[in-house]
Amino acid sequence: MTPQEIHETLKGKFGEAAVEAKLDALQPWIRIPPNKTRTIGAFLRDDPSLQFDFMMCLSGVDYNDGNLGVVYHLFSMIHKHKVVLRANCPKDNPHVQSVSEVWGTANWHEREAFDMFGIQFDEHPDLRRILCPDDYPGYPLRKDFKVPEFYNGMKVPY
Amino acid sequence: MGLLDYKFENSNVFITSLENLLNWARLSSLFQMQFGLACCAIEMMAASASNFDIMRFGVIPRATPRQTDVMIVAGTVTLKMASRIKRLYDQMAEPRYVISMGSCSNCGGPYWEHGYHVLKGVDRVIPVDVYVPGCPPRPEALLEGIMKLQEKVRKESLAKKKQTA
Amino acid sequence: MIESKVLPTDYVTEPGRIRTSTGKTLKTDEMIINMGPQHPSTHGVLRLEIVVDGEIVVDVIPHIGYLHRCFEKHAEHMTNYQQVIPYADRMDYLTSMNNDWAYSLAVERLLKLEVPPRVEYIRVIMAELQRIASHLIAVGTFGIDMGAFTPFLWCFRDRERILDLFEMTCGARLLYNYIWVGGVSHDLPARFVEKAKDFCRYFKPNIVELNNLLTFNEIFIKRTADVGVLPKDVAINYACSGPMLRGSGVNWDLRRDDPYSIYNKFEWEVQVGKGEMGKVGDVWDRYIVKVREMEQSVKIVEQALASIPEGNVQAAIPKRIRPEHGEAYVRTESARGELGFYIISDGSTSPYRVKARSPAFVNLSVLPEIARGCMIADLVAIVGSTDIVLGEVDR
Repeated sequence: MTPQEIHETLKGKFGEAAVEAKLDALQPWIRIPPNKTRTIGAFLRDDPSLQFDFMMCLSGVDYNDGNLGVVYHLFSMIHKHKVVLRANCPKDNPHVQSVSEVWGTANWHEREAFDMFGIQFDEHPDLRRILCPDDYPGYPLRKDFKVPEFYNGMKVPY
Repeated sequence: MGLLDYKFENSNVFITSLENLLNWARLSSLFQMQFGLACCAIEMMAASASNFDIMRFGVIPRATPRQTDVMIVAGTVTLKMASRIKRLYDQMAEPRYVISMGSCSNCGGPYWEHGYHVLKGVDRVIPVDVYVPGCPPRPEALLEGIMKLQEKVRKESLAKKKQTA
Repeated sequence: MIESKVLPTDYVTEPGRIRTSTGKTLKTDEMIINMGPQHPSTHGVLRLEIVVDGEIVVDVIPHIGYLHRCFEKHAEHMTNYQQVIPYADRMDYLTSMNNDWAYSLAVERLLKLEVPPRVEYIRVIMAELQRIASHLIAVGTFGIDMGAFTPFLWCFRDRERILDLFEMTCGARLLYNYIWVGGVSHDLPARFVEKAKDFCRYFKPNIVELNNLLTFNEIFIKRTADVGVLPKDVAINYACSGPMLRGSGVNWDLRRDDPYSIYNKFEWEVQVGKGEMGKVGDVWDRYIVKVREMEQSVKIVEQALASIPEGNVQAAIPKRIRPEHGEAYVRTESARGELGFYIISDGSTSPYRVKARSPAFVNLSVLPEIARGCMIADLVAIVGSTDIVLGEVDR
């Protein structure tokens, strides 16, 4: 299916939730609301014409305008089509619904997005830091992150 | 001919100082702790394999720190790993030595500028005897580092109190 | 009820009780064992928290992050897209050529750049040689985990021949910084084609020797067949890729199914696990997929060497890389699976965001699913078969 058709199917099922899309970009994307990611994800995985069963990647992004975002890259092994979804949330209250029940691989990817950006994934089974230590101050990949001077007695900068 | 062959050419007695004997025994059998962290660990493994063969120097990898003399810190030390390295160093029995292999454990390596989770040099947590530069150092460079450590051990004196950190 | 694959089920009467040979039942307790960051068999700094009941693993919780080297932060701060390539090298240090290639492809997609045909051939040759080198380490270290020391030495000896070829071309043994955006850094030296053909001729009987020693060895089969079975639907749901996915019977290879570069010009077969020694998707299947992939890579290298065209390899390297606003996700088949780079460009000369989707990170997340119910020694085999490289897991 082409990106247009996928967008039409999503609009047909979810109405105004999946309206904004940029279909002429290098890799077309569709914006979805952050509180409906699991329902939309489950529909994308189970609908017979879409069947997105393979989540290629889940990344967090800091858009530097007060918004954080999560970008989902999905692929269907059966129909061989791809789609990119974007979910934005404000930086001071970043909550996105977790999709770890839909795709098992999202579990660790969401933990990494939480670790690096501080995005809270609601209904995630085990949301804790995965790469940085548990008591590390701050969220490193945010654009306004300052490297701590000392961590547990060790000097961090060069 | 090896050292023992020279000495035992004509008789089976040789006279030396206790220091020389102990130092010679220690430097010829430096047991190494298998402690590869990152890319330098692959070059350390290549040094133990048959092309470069570190075992002819007497260096055998042992898994537990209690049985080792030298810890070759090969790879980037991160903040999360630093406390474990300190604990492993404390578990080694004296006399113990540390070789810092590779640019990352010498001084932070390519991650010195923006690494928020990289410890800029393992000498911030444990004392280091020999630094081997390179990214990654060739196995021959690691062998030279072992030889430099052997020179250092050869010059050790029993009279001086061993410095611990 | 813990489904134990190896003990007879009447030994464990119920969770927490076992029957001894005299007929009495003993109350057992679970214990948490730490297979810590420093361990000879975890292939790097991986910490596994294992909850065991006797010798049977009830749950395993992997802890990673001990090698988190802030690749994505460095990528944002570099002044140039080409400067990120050494950092991309060091992510999966066993397949540096593939990492460089995936990143360069992503930037070239943003720039809409085409590379000359000679560059494509060189890239394919280097990537396939690197795949052989990486699988040699995977097989060698897996053998040493199982207790077989000789394959390790043989594999490293063969790998040194490949590293000699790489050193002849670009000067480095392990981390090359060779495949740049738009081309490669050095052209092939004078006698490279001849020496590479020599290597292919030398290597083919060595695979047969390795098979005779390790692959069809009865002890090895007993330790790896029917262990760590990964079902097909779990593998796809957890986005496993590479030999992990192909070992479970899924006929999927990005070089053929989501093609990039000139792989469609060569004749080779995708190797899939068929459950020859046990169930489909067990450790032996993943292992044999790697060994057979080495044979196929040799085939590709020979075909590429026979038909490599002339040209200037640095013709298409741009002087200034300044892509327009946009983003791209490009994926390639590295030795471990699907390696993808998601790059967001904001129109300047350095990237805005680079996300590396590493296959080892995703393959490791399926470990708790496949390791329940095995014994601790089987856990070593399962971790070895996932073929993780911690530099890539932690980035």
